[in-house]
Amino acid sequence: MAVVFEKTKMLTDAVFHYCPGCNHGIAHRLVAESIEGLGLTDNVIGVAPVGCAVFAYNYFNCDMYEAAHGRAPAVATGIKRVHPDTCVFTYQGDGDLASIGTAEIVHAAMRGEKITTIFINNAIYGMTGGQMAPTTLPGMKTTTSPYGRDTLQCGHPVRMCELLNTLVEPRFIARGSLSSPKEINRSKKLLRQAFELQHEGFTFVELLSTCPTGWGLTPEQSQQWLERNMVPFFPINVFREPNQMPEAAKKYTPDLKVSDDKPKEG
Amino acid sequence: MVKHTINEELCKGCGLCVRACPKKILRISKGKLNSKGYHPAEMMDIDSCIACAACARTCPDVAIHIEKE
Amino acid sequence: MALTLMKGSEAIAEAAIRAGCRYFFGYPITPQTEIPEYMSARMPEIGGCFLQAESEVSAINMVYGAAGTGERVLTSSSSPGVSLKQEGISYIACSRLPCVIINVMRGGPGLGSIQASQGDYLQATKGGGHGDYKLIVLAPASVQESVDMMKLAFELGEKYLNPVMIVADGMICQMMEPVVLPEMVDFKVDYKAKPWAANGKHPSADHKRAVINSLYITVEELDGINETLQKGYREIEKNETRYEAYNMEGAEIIVTAFGTVARICKSAIDDLKAKGINVGLLRPITLYPFPYEAVHNAAVAPGVKAVLDVELNAGQMLEDVKLAINGDQKVEFYGRYGSHMPTSEEIYEKLLSMREGF
Repeated sequence: MAVVFEKTKMLTDAVFHYCPGCNHGIAHRLVAESIEGLGLTDNVIGVAPVGCAVFAYNYFNCDMYEAAHGRAPAVATGIKRVHPDTCVFTYQGDGDLASIGTAEIVHAAMRGEKITTIFINNAIYGMTGGQMAPTTLPGMKTTTSPYGRDTLQCGHPVRMCELLNTLVEPRFIARGSLSSPKEINRSKKLLRQAFELQHEGFTFVELLSTCPTGWGLTPEQSQQWLERNMVPFFPINVFREPNQMPEAAKKYTPDLKVSDDKPKEG
Repeated sequence: MVKHTINEELCKGCGLCVRACPKKILRISKGKLNSKGYHPAEMMDIDSCIACAACARTCPDVAIHIEKE
Repeated sequence: MALTLMKGSEAIAEAAIRAGCRYFFGYPITPQTEIPEYMSARMPEIGGCFLQAESEVSAINMVYGAAGTGERVLTSSSSPGVSLKQEGISYIACSRLPCVIINVMRGGPGLGSIQASQGDYLQATKGGGHGDYKLIVLAPASVQESVDMMKLAFELGEKYLNPVMIVADGMICQMMEPVVLPEMVDFKVDYKAKPWAANGKHPSADHKRAVINSLYITVEELDGINETLQKGYREIEKNETRYEAYNMEGAEIIVTAFGTVARICKSAIDDLKAKGINVGLLRPITLYPFPYEAVHNAAVAPGVKAVLDVELNAGQMLEDVKLAINGDQKVEFYGRYGSHMPTSEEIYEKLLSMREGF
């Protein structure tokens, strides 16, 4: 009997604590399979966030750190500076990365840290019970936006791929989704590319994900809701890859002179 | 011949595999409960299974294992 | 032994490098900025890593990342910046990682001032972050002592798997003094001796998966880690308490003071000795573990009539001095708020006026 599908060795035997239908489990598997597929299992360190994925250090079968809320990119920077030839990744949610950790992710990307960040965007704070996140959609009801997110008070959601795409150093920026087998397969290719390009620079994959419990929908309804409501605002796209670099990625080396006038003699 | 196993203890009855299966041969069991109180998914018609593994790839708990002759 | 005239900050930075530190993450803030400046020039020379983070919050988390690999890692800041690092420090303490944090204390609270102060004593010794944790806190009184303390700080951190804080002040770091620099230590991480350290290797028989973590969600787990931490602190208190006792013979008054202020008190004590008046000085070198026993014994020694605690704050170590003495001796306090450095004459006068009351 040939194996068609089996659990990757890059995941431990720990049972996922996630809610039924939560996409974190899918994302974990894709990340683990990408690492295994690229033969990196013997040279990888991961950094878990604070949020629903806070227990990721129990799930990835490699050296793992548990970072303070929002600080994973800084922790990963410290690790990578010590182990420059080791694959280092951070796995973060939208509260962790796009709210308290905005400075850390922007500066890690700005410095061009050779790490891979997997950003799970499910438009809500899951672990703390369904509060509004920076990625919560306009009008979306949460436990801290009971009348719906009021864009006059809290503005519109933040698009992290587009934001990071204004920086020079990042080498790969893409957004995928986990809302169907087709999207899941595409997202796995994105993750594989991101890990493959890590030695060239900072790589970033945002994965739109469902939160059935937080959204108050069934797992199946959540997939439909995500495709109908999130994808239009968070377009699925490869924003940056080696043969498709935006203008913003152009390197710049000024001569740092004052002017071209010849220095006066004497 | 396809060997399609669902680890009933890991399954949380979320139904994503049921939605993903192109042959519509998976369903959420009625009478059965696992130790956590979930109704695990179950295979209705193994002979129609084409081992595409769409179910396994969408399962958030990596509960499905598939082998083929 | 070659004496070189060096500014405090630069001597401390060089001493860290000679202690085997190859990773420094910092952020500019007066009056400690010469430490990162020095590191930015020196680290590349020896293949080390200097990184200026986007904030002190980020810097301490970079330290957490690098320290988790078993390397000798340093960060430095001044009071407001050290406040920003408190959450990270609590994580590092709970994850039982060695590292060194220098606080070049400046006037506070708030934005305060840039001159020297001792206003972070309680933050450093009682824990500025959350939870039951302790830092080993060393307080140098001179540039030479700061230099000698660096190797000790890294070694204590590794011995007890605990962060170590050096509380210098703006005075030590900004003044120049002749120093003898230590030899270069050849430090290399031995992953066999540090199974907890992360090196990325796939878990196998001889490398169990390293999990650097401070989340213990079940009561038993958190009890376990807190039990371990407390046992460690008892060991530290038993083995690592350090202080200097100066001119204690036949003393009528005992002065308690640390850091630069202790040096100023010594001048006053020497001037009084010339007049035949004997005052002793008990200078804690480890602020944690605090020398409770030594302070108590000094305070109740025959002939001692009072204790004078002198600090550059509103009275912080004063609390530990009182705890140590426990009512067995009169305790007076002479303090200056941060950045208002006292003169030895002021302390001289204060001691004379105290004697009139005897």
